Amino acid sequence: MPVTHSSRQELRSEQDVVRARQVVRKLAQEQGFSLVEQTKLVTASSELARNTLIHGGGGHMDMEVLSKADGHSGIRLRFVDQGPGIADMRLAMTDGWSSGTGLGLGLTGSKRLASEFEIQSTPGKGTCVTIVRWK
Amino acid sequence: MERIPILRIGEFLLVTIQVDMHDQMALALQDDLTARIEKTGAKGVLLDISALDMVDSFIGRMIGNISAVSRILSASTVVVGMQPAVAITLVELGLELPGVLTALDAERGMALLRAKLAAEADDAGDAQ
Repeated sequence: MPVTHSSRQELRSEQDVVRARQVVRKLAQEQGFSLVEQTKLVTASSELARNTLIHGGGGHMDMEVLSKADGHSGIRLRFVDQGPGIADMRLAMTDGWSSGTGLGLGLTGSKRLASEFEIQSTPGKGTCVTIVRWK
Repeated sequence: MERIPILRIGEFLLVTIQVDMHDQMALALQDDLTARIEKTGAKGVLLDISALDMVDSFIGRMIGNISAVSRILSASTVVVGMQPAVAITLVELGLELPGVLTALDAERGMALLRAKLAAEADDAGDAQ
């Protein structure tokens, strides 16, 4: 699938999480996403960027614009850290379960807000969460 | 760190969030507001989030906490001005803010706070 745009946002501080939301918002606006679609993607990016920072010890977010042959466009966001990884994926993907002090909605909530969701994690190596939202 | 201002209007406190808050800022607002309720004996808090284009689980939790803590300190919190796209997203995220009072805009929110205060005064009168 052709990728027509690609950029990276570092996630090393809480201010970076705010910046991530802002760059995702801008990209979604440029791609003509509706306000509700923008809001869903931005909210998911905020949850996942915070996870990268808090649980992964920091990392980065890669953003890509995808275009299908039928003219549909989408945004793919990939959150990558080299943190401790997720030991029990089934537990991590349970609504309301949190390893920290949060509400436990970050992963499950962003999965609901995205069109596609994929998570790969290796204990001791890190975690990579990819979401796509199609317009 | 930049902080969110808290304005006092009679018996109520008014908070208008106009910046994209990072997490520490949201936590600081929660603490500041609790301290102000205690110090002023305010009976109500109007939390205007009309400028927020996103509420994620962290900010949602802050809203729920402010509402719960103010209730324990005998003040009511009304959240006003949530954008429809934000409301749709919050519900899909799984956060329905149970127990949090809301109103469409600041004027209706203020009317709701006044009505609650009047009802409480009536109840107190009946009890005597």
